[in-house]
Amino acid sequence: MAKGEVLLQVKDLFKHFPINQGLFSRSKSKVHAVDGISFDIYDGETLGLVGESGCGKSTTGRTILQLYRPTAGEVLFDGDNLAKLKGEDLRRKRRYLQMIFQDPYASLNPRMTVGKIIGEPMDIHNTLKGKAQLERVEELLELVGLNPAFLNRYPHEFSGGQRQRIGVARALALQPKLIVCDEPISALDVSIQAQVVNLLEDLQQNLGLTYLFIAHDLSMVRHISDRIAVMYLGIIVELADRNTLYAKPIHPYTKALLSAVPFPDPFIEEKRKRIILEGDVPSPVNPPSGCRFRTRCQYAKEICAAEKPVFREVEPHHFVACHFSDDLK
Amino acid sequence: MPDLLEVKGLETQFKTREGIIHAVNGVSFNLKEGETLGIVGESGCGKTVSMMSLLGLIPMPPGKIVAGEAWFEGKDLLKMNNEEMRHVRGSKISVVFQDPMTSFNPVLTIGKQTAEPYRIHNNASKGEAYERAVKYLELVGIANAKERLNDYPHQFSGGMRQRVMIAMALICEPQILIADEPTTALDVTIQAQIIELMKDLREKLGMSIIWITHDLGIVAGLAHRVNVMYGGYIIETAPVKGLYSNPQHPYTLGLLGSLPRMDETEYRRLHSIDGLPPTLLERPSYCPFEPRCKFAVEKCRHSNPALQEVEGEGHFAACWVNPKTGKEY
Repeated sequence: MAKGEVLLQVKDLFKHFPINQGLFSRSKSKVHAVDGISFDIYDGETLGLVGESGCGKSTTGRTILQLYRPTAGEVLFDGDNLAKLKGEDLRRKRRYLQMIFQDPYASLNPRMTVGKIIGEPMDIHNTLKGKAQLERVEELLELVGLNPAFLNRYPHEFSGGQRQRIGVARALALQPKLIVCDEPISALDVSIQAQVVNLLEDLQQNLGLTYLFIAHDLSMVRHISDRIAVMYLGIIVELADRNTLYAKPIHPYTKALLSAVPFPDPFIEEKRKRIILEGDVPSPVNPPSGCRFRTRCQYAKEICAAEKPVFREVEPHHFVACHFSDDLK
Repeated sequence: MPDLLEVKGLETQFKTREGIIHAVNGVSFNLKEGETLGIVGESGCGKTVSMMSLLGLIPMPPGKIVAGEAWFEGKDLLKMNNEEMRHVRGSKISVVFQDPMTSFNPVLTIGKQTAEPYRIHNNASKGEAYERAVKYLELVGIANAKERLNDYPHQFSGGMRQRVMIAMALICEPQILIADEPTTALDVTIQAQIIELMKDLREKLGMSIIWITHDLGIVAGLAHRVNVMYGGYIIETAPVKGLYSNPQHPYTLGLLGSLPRMDETEYRRLHSIDGLPPTLLERPSYCPFEPRCKFAVEKCRHSNPALQEVEGEGHFAACWVNPKTGKEY
């Protein structure tokens, strides 16, 4: 596949979680975690997925990988709809789609050695065994900047940043095409974050990886991504390439989100005018009718409560879901 | 402006199974009236421990304040007995904690918890204290404060709970407010709300603020002065503009270089700081940053530099080398 072609396609993806209550655990209501999103991921790119907690960005990542089975919608990868695949067929696809988790303390089995952790995917998918596997593990450790001699150590002997490197090595073990990075640096200290981000960038360049990079840190997402999707309460409100999104955001939520990010520069901070959003994000159990953002939006009119705005291409490669996108350009 | 608080040579240690942790190693600083002091550093650098030491909030044992003085209103906070400290803590100096989810008592109403400091410190009647609680809850932007007095913490969102905690900290009109990462657990749009609120309150009430954070962005827009901490030491202190425009310690330089900036138009590889933060198991006779420092010279391996005025008025750094020239001072 050539760089720049569509690697994975998400079409009208829904993921609802039932809330079970009462006798016989009847489900009375449901959390609309992901509520109809569509986007493409191109080969070799990094697509950033940003949003505040509870907006559904992690659920999106996990649903793409079929760690959660979607309520509706399609995930097209390599000619197959992953949402329809089962058992052995799905398992065979899984090696191409890997994940790096947020918490490097919880995502590594404390009773397994580093060698076992990184070798496990190879055991499961029957790729390499014995000495060949050992060599591959050493190679992977070196690739992520760890000493191959650490093979027999346990996760607790490593710092947070080093553990995250182990997680990266495990994700690379089966030579995947797409890696979903679910907030891979938010549990790390500032000086260590840059180390891991640089590693991810180097690996992408050398191995031709594609990333779906999920994060809430907007400045880091801008740094690492080619294109960025902004999520709010289960839907994507805006998607554009990184320079356009940060220079010319259209959706009122994107604007507010960007203006809320503090700048590490007192001279700029002195002059900045912030858009302060009122109130909190509504509950995803009972999302507002029409436009999800209307309850906090300063431009909201009647139409926003009555009709769902269509997620459409308002400028080339710039998608926005807002009734007033033309006025807000 | 006169100094409100003067801390000299504060040293705090913790006894653990692995040995003594040297958490704070001789920290000295002043806080002026009406000043906002930012304390920046990564996890384990001693920023929280040094502030909690001042208020007797360190669990002893395993903690122990080994040395130091902290002068406030003609008295040494570190020499106070429990009774004396009780009159200071929560009334003259109060704290806003990081986690609004766990810092409240879940079985007491918001009204009772907000009014409690005022009832205790001012011997006020219940009615009087509740009235004052309503006033302060309104001040921090809780709508229908009077009706919400009987609500419990779980009925408030994270951002709202942090507002309540601020109201609780301010109800006795403290001279100093210590804010220990009050926005770290919050989303960025909610963080912006809280920061704007604090700026507003600072102007209305005129208290001094000590703002502890790991986020260089927040401090840039909020603080007048900044202390940068590393390995239990203050390694640089300067007026906020001087620190960001002209950082003098290699660690500060490294931290600023490791942050992506949203105003960059060209892609720039992040400068990571190699290596790991110190374990604090020994009190180093050398510069604590030396193992990770690009500028280190022979002297750094033998002798720990003290803070010295290096660049303009009030700009101090603890480094043997001038990172601009790469030469020793």
